[in-house]
Amino acid sequence: MKEGYELIYKRPKTLTTKRMHYCPGCFHSTIHKLLMEVVEEMDIQDKTVGICPVGCSVFAYDYLDVDMQEAAHGRAAAVATAVKRMLPDRYVFSYQGDGDLAAIGTAETLHACNRGENFTFIFINNGIYGMTGGQMAPTTLEGQKTTTSPYGRDVAKMGMPLKMCEIVSQFDRVVYVERVTCNTPANARKAKKALKKAFEYQGKGLGTTFIEVASNCPSGWKCTPVESLDWLKDKVYPYFPLGVFKKPEEKE
Amino acid sequence: MGEVKFMKGNEALGEAAIRAGLQGYFGYPITPQSEVVEYLAMEEPKHNYVLIQAESEVAAINMVYGGAAAGSRVMTTTSSPGFSLMQEGLSYIACAELPCVTVNVCRGGPGLGTIQPSQGDYFQAVRGGGHGDYQLIVLGPNSVQEMVDLTILAFDLADKYRNPVMLLSDGAIGQMMEKVNLPDPKPYKPDKPWATTGKTADRERNIITSLFIQSEVMEAVNNKLQEKYKKIDENEVRFEEYQIDDAEIIVMAFGLTSRICKKVVDLARKSGIKMGLLRPITLWPFPNQKVAELAASDRVKFFLSVEMNAGQMVQDIKLAVEGEKPVYFYGRTGGIIPTPEEILDFAGKQIK
Repeated sequence: MKEGYELIYKRPKTLTTKRMHYCPGCFHSTIHKLLMEVVEEMDIQDKTVGICPVGCSVFAYDYLDVDMQEAAHGRAAAVATAVKRMLPDRYVFSYQGDGDLAAIGTAETLHACNRGENFTFIFINNGIYGMTGGQMAPTTLEGQKTTTSPYGRDVAKMGMPLKMCEIVSQFDRVVYVERVTCNTPANARKAKKALKKAFEYQGKGLGTTFIEVASNCPSGWKCTPVESLDWLKDKVYPYFPLGVFKKPEEKE
Repeated sequence: MGEVKFMKGNEALGEAAIRAGLQGYFGYPITPQSEVVEYLAMEEPKHNYVLIQAESEVAAINMVYGGAAAGSRVMTTTSSPGFSLMQEGLSYIACAELPCVTVNVCRGGPGLGTIQPSQGDYFQAVRGGGHGDYQLIVLGPNSVQEMVDLTILAFDLADKYRNPVMLLSDGAIGQMMEKVNLPDPKPYKPDKPWATTGKTADRERNIITSLFIQSEVMEAVNNKLQEKYKKIDENEVRFEEYQIDDAEIIVMAFGLTSRICKKVVDLARKSGIKMGLLRPITLWPFPNQKVAELAASDRVKFFLSVEMNAGQMVQDIKLAVEGEKPVYFYGRTGGIIPTPEEILDFAGKQIK
């Protein structure tokens, strides 16, 4: 370090230097970084196993320098269940999109939560199927246009967007549920804090931890990255409120 | 050494898995194999394995994926409709080269079918079953003893080749009770440097995946898999011969029907017909070479495949016979077990 300079920002060593494939403005890259900062700060790279199923983040193993498994679409919770049960002293996380966690994989999600599997769900909810080109997701908002809801999501036909934090909070053995976002540096810091807490609770063996990121998809939403932040603020946060839904009682 | 017991096929299979060093079992109840998970649940407190009754067969096979990728000896068991549900997962497991043992205690189909025994899932077993080019190693037990012996073999073959191994059993073998020799438990020491157990400082991260988006890479992966399958085909064919040496009629049957066909051979020989039985123990790899040798022999007049389905293994026999000799088929479906007499009657009608 040059004299007179102070290092205030660096790439975590747990993140590879491979150039990410994510679209400009997408939160995935931010969340990857926050997650790997947590792994580095907790010094658990040698104890961490991640599961990335089908979705935009299916290639997450290219960027996260930890042992990783790619899972079938929707099955991350089942895969993570087995990994954690076989290796109970490791830190296990699933990194899933909305189609994966809340449509094709709803059964695996709910049953892992009900069993209180001691791993961390990282749920990236951007309200659309980004990888396949912008189709409707279980979390697409009422009236929101996608390639398979070209006239806007008709809730009379397709039901309401699923609120997963609210749903999984109902399970006794789910101990920590928080919805975060990354639209501002302050919120990104909160997101990182939530990820760290989830890993800490997991380390204590408390039960299932579930972090939802109210995320964006400028490409799928057909807008600029800046406009996507407006959409989040105007439409997404009112329906998917940020905050802690459930947390363990901490003894002070 | 070992232990002699009188056991039900499904329970013996569970006990064999424990003795082979089972570390994780993931399954969903379905008749006629539920006794496997019931047995393992009962025995769980005495051992160290993880047992999860999954929410579905889909979840179960993906738990197998995760457990195998974490470096553990893992197994699932099911019956026909459940095995259909597992096909996507098995395709991923085969591509990611994860060792595991799966068991199909086959029942009659198609559809919800019947809970009676069947061999109707032969095609599904030996042709891969799911999407893409892959092979399971498929073993066909014909007794409670083989439910034990082949389960232990299955775990070893799975690890040896990093490949999913399947036992294709049936409702009768699963449900019937026989005397069985149980070998002593074998200490299992995993040597799986590829497993995702946490990236230590001395190695690169381990990645378990079946995603190879670039065509050239995907083709290379396929080539590697095919090389492996070739090696398995060369080294792991297993079969049993019964009264083959002077046989003019070669009956072929696997699993339960092979036992009935032994009786058929005995009856035939009593009435002066030179019949023999060739029983594939590995359904894949299939004993093609042995069949071809017999087909080339002047002595052999024809082959007869006897199956509890509408004619599936008979196609593999025809592929191996390559038109050298007639290949006939006799089968029953719907969970009906053919009698030695009706098989002998059919065989007799083919004698010109």
